[in-house]
Amino acid sequence: MTSASFTDGTMETIEQEMMPAVPATPRRRVKRKTWQTVIWLVALLIITAVVLYPLIWLFFATFKPNSEFGQNTGLLPENPFFGNYAKVMEGIAGVPMWRFFLNSFILSVAAVIGTVLSSALAAYAFARVQFKGLGIFFAAMIGTLLLPFHVVIIPQYIIFNQLGWVDTYIPLILPKFLATGAFFVFLMVQFMRQMPRDMDEAARIDGAGHFRIFWSIILPLIKPALITCAIFAFIWEWNDFLGPLLYLTSPENYPLPIALRLYNDASSGGADYGATVTASFIALVPILLFFIVFQRFLVDGVATQGLKG
Amino acid sequence: MNPIHPKGAVVSTTATRVIVTDRPAKRRLLRSGRPENTFQRPGQRARSRRETAAGYAFLSPWLIGFFGLTAIPMVYSLYLSFTKYNIFQPPKWTGLDNYIRLFTNDPVFVQSAEITLIYVFIGTPITMAAALAVAMLLNFRDSGAGFFRSAFYAPSLIGGSVSVAIVWRAMFSTDGPVDNGLSFFGIDIGGWIGNPAMILPMMILLHVWQFGSTMVIFLAGLKQIPKELYEAAEMDGAGAWRRFTAVTIPMLSPVIFFNLLLGLIGAFQVFTSAYIISNGTGGPAGMTNFITVYLYKRGFSDGQMGYASAIAWVLLVVVAIIAFILFRTQRSWVHYAGDDR
Repeated sequence: MTSASFTDGTMETIEQEMMPAVPATPRRRVKRKTWQTVIWLVALLIITAVVLYPLIWLFFATFKPNSEFGQNTGLLPENPFFGNYAKVMEGIAGVPMWRFFLNSFILSVAAVIGTVLSSALAAYAFARVQFKGLGIFFAAMIGTLLLPFHVVIIPQYIIFNQLGWVDTYIPLILPKFLATGAFFVFLMVQFMRQMPRDMDEAARIDGAGHFRIFWSIILPLIKPALITCAIFAFIWEWNDFLGPLLYLTSPENYPLPIALRLYNDASSGGADYGATVTASFIALVPILLFFIVFQRFLVDGVATQGLKG
Repeated sequence: MNPIHPKGAVVSTTATRVIVTDRPAKRRLLRSGRPENTFQRPGQRARSRRETAAGYAFLSPWLIGFFGLTAIPMVYSLYLSFTKYNIFQPPKWTGLDNYIRLFTNDPVFVQSAEITLIYVFIGTPITMAAALAVAMLLNFRDSGAGFFRSAFYAPSLIGGSVSVAIVWRAMFSTDGPVDNGLSFFGIDIGGWIGNPAMILPMMILLHVWQFGSTMVIFLAGLKQIPKELYEAAEMDGAGAWRRFTAVTIPMLSPVIFFNLLLGLIGAFQVFTSAYIISNGTGGPAGMTNFITVYLYKRGFSDGQMGYASAIAWVLLVVVAIIAFILFRTQRSWVHYAGDDR
């Protein structure tokens, strides 16, 4: 409520300033506007500092030697130290760090391809084809949107275990190719419904089938939605912890989040805080870069489609 | 037909709307699928059959996923919840035993349910209030908010990651940066991570920190509210608070509904941060043993798949009840543009 009261406060000052008998001259109005902007800016900068502090702290903590953890709680390291990075590159559990990065990258790219392809196909059926059963399946899709994922992890594990797929990437990637991310399907349905139907009707009169219309007309039209989905699919898979925790058992298959857990567990024994925070930081770097480059796409995607980050 | 949403409106904020919207289409469809008279145009039936075939062809990956990975597994897990099953031996039917044990003879589950409900029903409203407050602050001026919008959004993108959990663990440890910062103001918490009284507030704080995605949706909703409404209210002598309760809240109610629904359901699924911060134990004193963590420990550490399935179904029923209540009460407080209610 802090900001609400802030707005109220400025409103009141405006009214008070209006009170004097002398009519507000344009110059006074400008001055008032400036003050308002300054207060607004300061409030937002304070919030920014609080919100981003953990990330800034993390960045500087990567330059702290182990001896400073628990001693120096300030932002800056007393004796800047670059050894953490060298240590982290060696990796953990006999697996070098680049391997965890590669694994994460493979999983995320596969998730992007699977999610975008299968969700676009399903969304086309929901948005553009009229067939028996459409209503029921659409309602089912909305239902899975609200379904907690944890409800299906046990039966899914039993199935994948029976198929002998534990400690492979199949249980992590296959669901992405089967459009199980209802959010993505829903986002694309919304997007396709906004597209005018004239073009596909014209194409149909010219004898184009559904696949042709999908591929040559709809897909190019919904490119912004495809990009938004691709970015989110990548980031979510990059961050996914539960899936790899359930299915991957050998360290050489681990993606970054599970490798970080190894660091975390090791450091709870009182050992290497420097390596742990440094590994955490470099695991975040690709996401942060992605975010800086595509922020408009991400934030606008959330804003217009109601997609939760 | 349904009222047309203004372009770019948060169309998907109205999940129910979409289902409702679909009903006429479905009815029309059923009608066209059934020959109503014998003077039907030749080829129409063949065409509708072709349409159905095309629809199912496009939908086939989703159908396989829906039945193979969601619907059938859910039924299977319902069955397992009535059995004793450890994956190595075939499941043994035990009737309602798992459920009876959960509610009468498992204090760990009761505690887990309690802290999960506290986390969900305190964390979500605080997050939403913070998100709305900051969104209104950003909306206060028309330009220059882009940078802040992105900066505030960043935590919700990474908040569920292991990296962030590790950072929070370091920052809130005894004599960590947060503790030291507070003791500067004379507040002495005495550590958050190992402190059963403070770990849950810390988890809620981590949840509130990720207010960005909710805020972005609120901000989009605020931008849709016509300025004339505020001007008219001001002309009628409404103060800032009155304008907030009489214009902002009703006009924003579809967005609030959407955020509340997804926020509550999402909060039930907190797992990674609790697991990492407690090193997989759910401690201290079970205060981070959220329902998902407990489910994981029972199913995968203790190998009690039947019992864990019962936990999963309790979670599902609770989430379904909350969604049902929200959809049911929606009529009384959610105002959709174009409705005359």
